[in-house]
Amino acid sequence: MPLIGKQVSRPRNRGLLAASYLPSILKGMWITLRHIFRPKVTMQYPEQTWQLPENYRGLPALVKDDGGRVKCVACFLCQYVCPPKAIEIEAQEITSGVEKGPKLFNINMLRCIMCGYCEEVCPEQAIFLTKESTTIGLSRAEMIFPKEKLLAMGGVRPDPIKKWARLTGVAGSRETRASEGGAVR
Amino acid sequence: MSETLQGPIEGAGDDRTFDQWVMTTRLAEYVAWGRKNSLWPMPMGLACCAIELMAMVAPRYDVARFGAEALRFSPRQADLMIVAGTVVKKMAPAVKRIFDQMPDPKWVIAMGACASSGGMFRSYSVTQGVDEIIPVDVYIPGCPPRPEALIEGVMRVQQLLDDRARARRPSGAGRREPVGAGR
Repeated sequence: MPLIGKQVSRPRNRGLLAASYLPSILKGMWITLRHIFRPKVTMQYPEQTWQLPENYRGLPALVKDDGGRVKCVACFLCQYVCPPKAIEIEAQEITSGVEKGPKLFNINMLRCIMCGYCEEVCPEQAIFLTKESTTIGLSRAEMIFPKEKLLAMGGVRPDPIKKWARLTGVAGSRETRASEGGAVR
Repeated sequence: MSETLQGPIEGAGDDRTFDQWVMTTRLAEYVAWGRKNSLWPMPMGLACCAIELMAMVAPRYDVARFGAEALRFSPRQADLMIVAGTVVKKMAPAVKRIFDQMPDPKWVIAMGACASSGGMFRSYSVTQGVDEIIPVDVYIPGCPPRPEALIEGVMRVQQLLDDRARARRPSGAGRREPVGAGR
């Protein structure tokens, strides 16, 4: 049977020194030794942490506006868009009579894949991905975060368009309306 | 312990008591201390989470600092299974069998969304969480989780192990007496 491809020639007699493997062992040890004097790359994790980039996507969280209101209006868009269906919302009326609010807002963090679709789709900018990345849990129930926990994680983000002032006619709404009207005319 | 050993040791040159000279412990806690600092993980890498699992062992994160760097590809030598990735129904019997082959005591970390709950694969072909087939101790969310999160998981397993050993103490669960306190 003819050989296919190139035949590899192997060195036959490499001498006694090479046959003892000593040069190879010393060469390997020299590489190890060299690494001792190189800069250390290990990050001492619990003490040191990595500087996460600005656009890092960690666990999602709900936010309140500067008036202390839950920004979420239970429109169900995030629940609809969520690829692993990690979000569970139940809506309720809120006292303002204008908007809805979430009665129940659970995110199953074990389902969540931190894709950021909820943040992207949210019309009220009520849900954000935090930089939280080292949360772990001991049970599945523990990792379903309820509304209160999500709000505590998210904190406060001011509402630049002052939606509530326009909708409910409180807190300087007359001035807002007047100035807006003036601008339109 | 006799009365004479409670006081300062004569001729020792200082006033340390017997309890301060000799460290005593319970066998269960001693064994747990050994186990805790030499967890040998079984890398059950099934998908992309395994890349982060490798990163955890690599020099940057270096899980050797916690004694868990000896990844054993033989289940007989491992005591911590890290399920990293999507457990499809076809793979599930193999995962279960490998878990059964691991000697007791053993722990399981479900790493990432897929292993913890099925993640985005709500599919007929995917196990909805590896805890449907084997008991899981620590769940790590993320897709994939950062190596830091996995290190947190390993540290949590170490803590669980310690707690379990200490809970066997008849004089009160989870209580640690300071070394050298009067017994």
